[in-house]
Amino acid sequence: MSDHNTSDRGTPETTTSDRERVDDASPIGRRNFLLGAGTAVAAGLAPTAAAQAQPQAGSAAATAAANPNDDALLTLTPNEAAFFSAVADTMIPADALTPSGSACGVTIFVDRQLAGAWGGGARMYRAGPFRKGKPGQGYQLPLTPREFFAAGVIATNEWSRKTYGKDFDRLAPKERETALKELESGKAALGEFDGKQFFEALLKITMEGFFADPIYGGNRDKAGWRMVGYPGLPAVYSTLIDEYRNKRYRVDPQSIADFS
Amino acid sequence: MATRLKEVDAVMVGMGWTGSIMARELTKAGLTVVGLERGEDLTPREHFALPNVRDELKYTHRLELVQDPALETLTFRHRPSDHALPMRRMGSFLPGNSVGGAANHWGGLHWRYLPSDHLCRSHIVERYGANVIPADMTIQDWAMTYDELEPYYDRFDKLCGVSGKAGNVRGQKIAGGNIFEGPRQNEYPNPPLKMTESALMFEKAAIELGYHPFPQPISNASRPYTNIEGLTLGACQYCGHCDKSGCEANAKAGPHVCILPLLRSDPKFTLRPRAWVSRLIYDKTAREVTGVVYTDTRSGEEYEQPAGLVVLSAYVFGNISLLFHSGIGEPYDPSTGKGAVGKNYCYQLSRMGVTMFFENKEFNPFMGAPGSSMALDDVDGDNFDHTGLGFLGGSRFACGHGDGRPIGYRPVPPGTPRWGAAWKTATAKWYSHAANIAVSGSNYANRNNYLDLDPTYKDQLGRPLLRLTYNFVENDYKVMEYTLGVAAKIARAMNPTIMGEPRMRRGDYDIVPYQSTHNTGGTIMGTDPKTSVVNRYLQSWDADNLFIMGASTFPQQPAYNPTGPVGALAYWSAEAIVTKYLKSPGPLVHA
Repeated sequence: MSDHNTSDRGTPETTTSDRERVDDASPIGRRNFLLGAGTAVAAGLAPTAAAQAQPQAGSAAATAAANPNDDALLTLTPNEAAFFSAVADTMIPADALTPSGSACGVTIFVDRQLAGAWGGGARMYRAGPFRKGKPGQGYQLPLTPREFFAAGVIATNEWSRKTYGKDFDRLAPKERETALKELESGKAALGEFDGKQFFEALLKITMEGFFADPIYGGNRDKAGWRMVGYPGLPAVYSTLIDEYRNKRYRVDPQSIADFS
Repeated sequence: MATRLKEVDAVMVGMGWTGSIMARELTKAGLTVVGLERGEDLTPREHFALPNVRDELKYTHRLELVQDPALETLTFRHRPSDHALPMRRMGSFLPGNSVGGAANHWGGLHWRYLPSDHLCRSHIVERYGANVIPADMTIQDWAMTYDELEPYYDRFDKLCGVSGKAGNVRGQKIAGGNIFEGPRQNEYPNPPLKMTESALMFEKAAIELGYHPFPQPISNASRPYTNIEGLTLGACQYCGHCDKSGCEANAKAGPHVCILPLLRSDPKFTLRPRAWVSRLIYDKTAREVTGVVYTDTRSGEEYEQPAGLVVLSAYVFGNISLLFHSGIGEPYDPSTGKGAVGKNYCYQLSRMGVTMFFENKEFNPFMGAPGSSMALDDVDGDNFDHTGLGFLGGSRFACGHGDGRPIGYRPVPPGTPRWGAAWKTATAKWYSHAANIAVSGSNYANRNNYLDLDPTYKDQLGRPLLRLTYNFVENDYKVMEYTLGVAAKIARAMNPTIMGEPRMRRGDYDIVPYQSTHNTGGTIMGTDPKTSVVNRYLQSWDADNLFIMGASTFPQQPAYNPTGPVGALAYWSAEAIVTKYLKSPGPLVHA
């Protein structure tokens, strides 16, 4: 499916392996590195080094990443940001199709979502008493999404240290994959915390960050949309639906921001 | 102490489809009407405009147009012996939260129920004998026949500008339409929407197998249309967003497009948004309600709105809970079978179907609308012989594309991981090459599926939450298994490169993933006050000036989506009020 990888999107092959090397050589820890240019600058890393560290994600994403304001965090701690980046890069590894999940802005998306009304528990019924439900009764914790993810990161890192000797984000890519599979299957023992429930929430918010309109901070350069061939807006197809019946419709995708 | 307002002729509790239709009919008859709506007011120009109307995250996943469970939700358990817990997030179903109601984000599927659906129990007894009905299946007849309701179905069609192809006009069966439908006096107001490639493939395969596919009827105008109120709908743009969003083209029918502009300029009508009705004022001895009490959520102040007529036009759950909170009618008790309020809660069997993958087809799944699908009714309702099958009811099928929004729509072949490099490759490869036959099944009433009040959890006003006790039963699993088998047969005939596993529902009902906003029952219609809440005119058996609208009056749920009969019943009830009740207030049916 080489036609999914359009030529104007740089060289996404500059991926995990390059980043591993940069990380190994850098006096700046992985955590700061994964936060992207803005935090790296704040941590004293020279802008040129930070720019090199960024995967070449295509023009729009590169521009976005070069603007410190776009990568400044609202709510995630450095540990949490490193965790979500590691999850995003494992679920959405860089390859010929797209840059990595974090390079596509998934971490920033998570930060914005958890800092906003949704993260604070909007549109949830939060009154007690609380008790464990049966399957099919849905989420039954008193935690807001912001609190739920914070607790999940701590529980997962504790388990990761016990099992692999390191926090999740410090594991090698293969180990991260194994660890996520353990979470997904429910085999990871996270004590009080339901690791499978946490995994499902991680998968959902990561995919949202990859495929939501770029106005939310993820899906940079519409990488998720380009990957599948989703055109975004304006989505006015009353004549095109006939013209493109059983024919590929491919255009440069457009975001809400492109019409605002 | 609630501030008492000036009495009006009629008050609507909820301003979605039924509140809007009823308010319009009553103001036309000269009544003064107040429309109370818990949520905010919206206008399409302000709230359903490009570009933000195309925001999948906001509408589909953060549920912008959906009822906020922090205000009011329900508790849920699978069986009476279980402990009910609150539905803390909306999921399985998505009631609306503002003026326009759930019609702001409905998909627009617009059906009529079959003549045999209207006579559910007696039709089955006549054809197969009473023995085929399981003892715990509490199905009942509707309180009016299809033929009686047909003129009102017709009227609602013309309000919405439904697009479709008739299969039975005045008894004349028409190939290419739904030959199983009841006779209609008119062809659809608008021709069907344009079909997707997947719909055409499904049509061809189904015809070759001897079935009778037809364009799925839809309240998206296929061309500009002026409705019976003189209001104009635009033409559908096939944007692929309408099942969770508003419509910037004003092509999707809803109160905002089809009725409200007239009510807003009518001096006899007052719209009061952010007015949350907490109870009706009920005089049991006089058999009447004298008004409603509501909280203005902008001030926190409580008001009493006296009214000569009260119309419950909220969503299913709102109607039922207001009866409980007002002490109207006898709550249903599953252990004795006595009482009718909360009885016969039904849903719809959904999230079923077969996904197919075609290497050499391009579906562009983002282009379309729910109506650019072909539907099939051959194994729906009692359109097929159930002798020896061991179940009652059936499913309707649809195949097309109309919701290719990529956060939610990412079909991959069976065995594909859900993330990682292999997931990416498969998602990129198959996104535009997959099609789905969607299967939605009927859900017949069961003795143990019902609603009452929860003993523990409260809503934001301090009232007990409704408690839902619901699960699938044996009849449901048999409907799924049989009809999915037929869907799989058609799927195979479409000759896909890879065929997905038919999606059978197994195990208990799950309230988390979205299924359908087609909850029914709880204030059901009937001919006997002991086994129903309203009579054939949707008039309460317990209060003569109280009328209850909507799908809460359905005794059971066929496979169809309920909006068509919901609108038809509102017109039917409004006409009875205007032509019968206002002339001679009192019971319209003597039990």
